[in-house]
Amino acid sequence: MSAILPPSRAIWWKQPLDRVEGTWIIIALLWCLIMFFMMPYWHVYGKQNTPSEAYRITPAAFQAKAQEVVDKYTVRTEGEGQYPVVKPPAGSDIYLIGRLWQWWPIYELEKNQTYRLHISSMDWQHGFSLQPDNINLQINPGYDMVVTVKPDKSGTYAIICNEYCGIGHHTMVGRIYIK
Amino acid sequence: MANTTEYRICPDSGLQFHKPAETLMKANAVAAVVFLLIGGILALLVTLTRWPAVHLLPADSFYQALTAHGLDMLIFWIIFFEIAVLYFCSSTLLRCRLATPRWAWLGFALMLIGAVTTNVAILRGRSSVMMTSYVPMPAEPVFYLGLILFAVGALIGCFVFFGTLVVARAERTYEGSIPLVTFGALTAAIIAIFTIASGAIILIPTFLWSIGYISYIDPLMYRTIWWAFGHSSQQINVAAHVAVWYAIAAIVFGAKPMSEKVSRGAFLLYILFLQLASAHHILVDPGISSEWKIFNTSYAMYLAVLASMVHGLTVPGSIEVAQRLKGYNKGLFEWIRKAPWGNPIFSGMFLSLIIFGVLGGISGVVMGTEQINIIIHNTIYVPGHFHATVATGTTLAFMALTYFLIPILFRRDMILKGLAKWQPYIFGLGMSGVALFLMGAGTLGVPRRHWDIGLTGNVLGYEFPGSAYLLLGLAAISGILAVIGGGAYILITVGSLLVGKKLPGREYNDKPTALKMPIATAIEGHGGIGVGGFAAPGTLIFAFIFLALFVVYYAINWKYLSSVWPLS
Repeated sequence: MSAILPPSRAIWWKQPLDRVEGTWIIIALLWCLIMFFMMPYWHVYGKQNTPSEAYRITPAAFQAKAQEVVDKYTVRTEGEGQYPVVKPPAGSDIYLIGRLWQWWPIYELEKNQTYRLHISSMDWQHGFSLQPDNINLQINPGYDMVVTVKPDKSGTYAIICNEYCGIGHHTMVGRIYIK
Repeated sequence: MANTTEYRICPDSGLQFHKPAETLMKANAVAAVVFLLIGGILALLVTLTRWPAVHLLPADSFYQALTAHGLDMLIFWIIFFEIAVLYFCSSTLLRCRLATPRWAWLGFALMLIGAVTTNVAILRGRSSVMMTSYVPMPAEPVFYLGLILFAVGALIGCFVFFGTLVVARAERTYEGSIPLVTFGALTAAIIAIFTIASGAIILIPTFLWSIGYISYIDPLMYRTIWWAFGHSSQQINVAAHVAVWYAIAAIVFGAKPMSEKVSRGAFLLYILFLQLASAHHILVDPGISSEWKIFNTSYAMYLAVLASMVHGLTVPGSIEVAQRLKGYNKGLFEWIRKAPWGNPIFSGMFLSLIIFGVLGGISGVVMGTEQINIIIHNTIYVPGHFHATVATGTTLAFMALTYFLIPILFRRDMILKGLAKWQPYIFGLGMSGVALFLMGAGTLGVPRRHWDIGLTGNVLGYEFPGSAYLLLGLAAISGILAVIGGGAYILITVGSLLVGKKLPGREYNDKPTALKMPIATAIEGHGGIGVGGFAAPGTLIFAFIFLALFVVYYAINWKYLSSVWPLS
């Protein structure tokens, strides 16, 4: 019987599988398993994995840590003096603040060096979107997200905010230099 | 109990309508279309603003329009229609009375009051927080209140559906198991309960926070629970529109499920695993372990994806079998060539299936892969994806069902039949363009929910590549086409209800009637058809083409991911 009527056989679960269905279920299941194991595989052999290290932190405490790095390693300012350009030593912990509506400060990093990039928001949620490389992370207030990052191409990168954060959202842009 | 003249048999379909259920279906369907109209006007404004060359609205109105567009389309239009579908799949398909019509009206009233309240809150201008309303960005308290009222109303609708199933069983209006389509609707209703409960768990505290009774809501907790509501509400749609696919295959072709076991099993997998997909939204959030992400984002080893791949095969497969039994048995593809492509009920449903599967399904799995999400999260790829799943998959399936319901439920002859023939193609093509081009722009890093990708006036600035602008322009042109297609649907639907010729057969009797053969005669068995021992070989070939596309696109995205900065 058709799909809008009760099944014609009372014991419908004993009706054998159609051959087309059986073939497809096996193939589809195999594909599903491949996709599933691809994720742990990439954790072992891939170089781009989602960061899972994070700490709870207050905006004030995070700001203080960022300020410390800025005070120590600022080399110049840009953007009409609003943005210190900070050149921290390779391998160090660096702090990026997202707030209404800027990413602060500007970092100047060395190519092929690893940094522990901490990102947090001072107010609402923000989206860290590194362009043109297209790395996207969700930034929550109250959480210190630690991204171990190794820039492998030199150039000037922009950080766009891609989580809607109010009327100035589209003006929220930051910068990272890789030398 | 059937005590008054409350039942009507549709002379064209043989379906039986219980008067209170019929009125409720009409009311919910009409409310749905009204919100589709509002959402559609907003869609045009949003589209014309995101077209960089036009850039119609100022920033504040854009964010306001986008907030309302999201809620009117993704929540109000869809769920009003789904309540109508639930009543249809229970009371009509099981040929029984609707349980507690007064409660159903209360639910409808709450949904309507809630939807209007939230829209008014957005209109007042201080609740432009997007559909997601992420804390700690505040909206006005009435914004959350409207959503809560709407959810309570929808919850009542679900319980009326469950009650009706109980009534049908108790009063023995059918024999054996419930029809597959009703089983699909039951799946949708079960998912809806989970969804609405999650919504209540997060929106009620958020409402209390907005009026000052709670001091702090953790943003990550909000995101986790909100998405158990936000994503699951889209899973209601999946279950509901798959049920509609099966229904339309049965209505147009008399198709029966290839095997009840497989199709029902696939719905069962939906119930068990589909909601885990809420994890898709927090893959690049701080402090969540990879084990948690991998298990949840893959619906526990992609078992819900398996279910969708099964439905994607069995729906066209059952159509193929039905067509072959009718004599279209030549070669691999005669059954599909000879399908009624000029019938919008069929073409709408079939386009819904193809676009949902190919564009929506593949992109959804790819972007929901833990690591690949890094290159997609919050880019305009995301709206590209769900304009393929919900805006095309669900919406087009519901549009197709409407063309069936106008004569059957409303007893009106459809007007503008020539336009109706083309409507699914116009809408489907437009929306596919929106989906594809937005996904393309997202791949180039264009952010979603963003008023100005030129970033003008910012001291730091950034130039998106010219191709991003081109893709946004193409998406906007496709969007206009989709709005024309949507407008045509509203014109045909509303026009038919207002001025369509009244059809005979509107009399009510006093008793529920036993089952009669409805619509296209149902087929039995599949002996002696097909090619090489396969009853539906053409469908299997389509399925392999789909899988090939899937594999290639999946591999391309890993390749793309491997080109970005190493990070962990």
